[in-house]
Amino acid sequence: MKNFKEIFKEAQNKISGIAAAPGIVISNVYLFTKETLEINHSSITDVEEAKKNLDEALFKSKKELNKIFSIAKERMGPTRAAIFEAQLMILDDPILISKIKERIESEKKQPEYIVNDEISKYQEMMINSTEAYMKERAHDIEDIKHRIIRNLQKKRWQSKIPNDSIVVSDSLTPADTILLSRHNVHGFITDHGGLTSHAAIISRSLNIPCVVGTHNATTKIKDGDKIIVDGFHGYILVNPTEEQIKFFHGKINKLIELQKGLEEFVHAPAKTIDGKEIILAANVDVTGEIDLVITNGAKGIGLYRTEQILEELGEFPNEDEQTRIYANLSSRIYPEWLTIRAFDIGGDKFKFVDYDEPNPFLGLRGLRILLENKTLFKTQVRAVLKASKNKNIQFMLPLVTTITEIHKAKEIIDECRKELRTEKISFDKNMKIGIMLEVPSAAVMARELANEVDFISIGTNDLIQYLMAVDRGNDLVSDLYQEFNPAVIRTIHHIVTETKKVHKSVSLCGEMAADTLAIPLLIGLGLDSLSMSPATITYAKRIIRLLSFQKAKALADECLKFTTEKEVTARIEKFFKENSITRTRNII
Amino acid sequence: MMIEKTIKIKNKAGMHTRPAATIVKLASKYKCEFFISKDGMNINGKSIIGVMTLAAEMDSEVTLTFDGEDEELAAAEITDYFERGFDEL
Repeated sequence: MKNFKEIFKEAQNKISGIAAAPGIVISNVYLFTKETLEINHSSITDVEEAKKNLDEALFKSKKELNKIFSIAKERMGPTRAAIFEAQLMILDDPILISKIKERIESEKKQPEYIVNDEISKYQEMMINSTEAYMKERAHDIEDIKHRIIRNLQKKRWQSKIPNDSIVVSDSLTPADTILLSRHNVHGFITDHGGLTSHAAIISRSLNIPCVVGTHNATTKIKDGDKIIVDGFHGYILVNPTEEQIKFFHGKINKLIELQKGLEEFVHAPAKTIDGKEIILAANVDVTGEIDLVITNGAKGIGLYRTEQILEELGEFPNEDEQTRIYANLSSRIYPEWLTIRAFDIGGDKFKFVDYDEPNPFLGLRGLRILLENKTLFKTQVRAVLKASKNKNIQFMLPLVTTITEIHKAKEIIDECRKELRTEKISFDKNMKIGIMLEVPSAAVMARELANEVDFISIGTNDLIQYLMAVDRGNDLVSDLYQEFNPAVIRTIHHIVTETKKVHKSVSLCGEMAADTLAIPLLIGLGLDSLSMSPATITYAKRIIRLLSFQKAKALADECLKFTTEKEVTARIEKFFKENSITRTRNII
Repeated sequence: MMIEKTIKIKNKAGMHTRPAATIVKLASKYKCEFFISKDGMNINGKSIIGVMTLAAEMDSEVTLTFDGEDEELAAAEITDYFERGFDEL
């Protein structure tokens, strides 16, 4: 029998990329192309269906705009926010909407064509005006026109996705990924993006094989092609040969066997052979994942990314909705911990169409946005407190840069506590407050920051990005995104030792925790708790149960002396061999 | 019956987006038809996208027409808003 290396070496039909979520799958392709604003002029037969699609697109657009409008009001003052209010009113404009519907009925054309044509008429009037500001206004109208058309087109492709397919796309937004995953998608492949792109993170959490950064998958793969995706090695085989299919069917069966083997210790502790227990918690993106969390034996939820609620709902949930979501999760995971991270919006995670920040990753995001939008933040804090009756919720602040920000956030949290007391609403008075450590300035000041809070969680994705000054989504420089760079390891080491000096707990919740290669190193560095996507927990547990903590510590000490990433990874690979621990990808 | 009023734009910024939105909101409360005309353009005052196509700078004149059962109430409230310079004086 051939091995992976030989199979891939011989393959004429392979595409390589970054292995972003493990697993092997053989299925047909759905090529997901976003025909952005290429207006479809075709005729339609079902007028009622077209009108219904229009109504749904208008409704979706309203939801999206409401989300932006609620931020805009506080951020930009009433004058600028008026633009959004006007855009919202356009979606309800009785004259415009009835005209569009009349034309759909009489002309029997795609609604996107009619919408484009009708709104463009108004824009022309504005552009032809002698007043300079009217040109600006035409631009604002362009925005809402695009939004409606985009939502109409989304509606069109959504109805086309066949079940059980592998989605191949240029890139995927979080909303796309979640939406597509509802169609029982078996795999994701993208041209762009790295290990920490949304497609990668969500695939891992949903346990769907994923290969990213292939550069040209969308040009080499056609809609309906049969392909094999190997999410362990980062290869795709297009229209595979009999031999390839047979080989991978064998691997799929081995994988099922391995997973069965892993099930044996789902409920066993993640304890090293010399008795050190590591808490393995789960990262949760979508509430539907809670079942996966429980079946994989997670010791609590180490990171609940609440901004995903926004992605799912398309708008900010109100206090009651949030309370319900948090309380439900808290009860499901009880008596283990639920760590709720405040909305981490901005940057790549949530784009405000209205801010063109030249440097969004260095701009208004994370805690910065929350402190600027007190109403939004308070709504969430109140909901978290109200949901805390089981006393198993802890609350975490994202992207903390300075100690002053912690003081400000704590003041707001205290304000909410006071309000609830006057309203005679009960909550956990001792609810723990923690911070994400992901900005180099905060890492340097780790001890002082830890002193202000109850716990620290290291977010490696952003920490590495900021420490190495590298955009994790940019293929041109992504080789500088080095999880094992000595600078990264020394920074983690610094954070852990400084935090322990003030006797606060420290965990790590970045993607690094899911990399089996990193596990001996992280444990050796003194981390007592790791949080990762639920599906990877049993894989990590298998490694930990084969490890000696003393040896891991010695490994970490050695790695702290190296100067290049290559030396570090080579040493860890050697460590696996010396201790006869096989990594998952080598078992199958 | 129909009410017609010619009125001068008084505020510095003219009929920009915020007043346009307010005018449409006020007009939507009434049953009567409401049109704004300027320079030969006649725009339905209950349509925000229509009102936004009107460039009405300071000191320019617009004609408002109200036609329907509650035209008097509508005319009173909306002309008053114009007279107040859209509360930007």
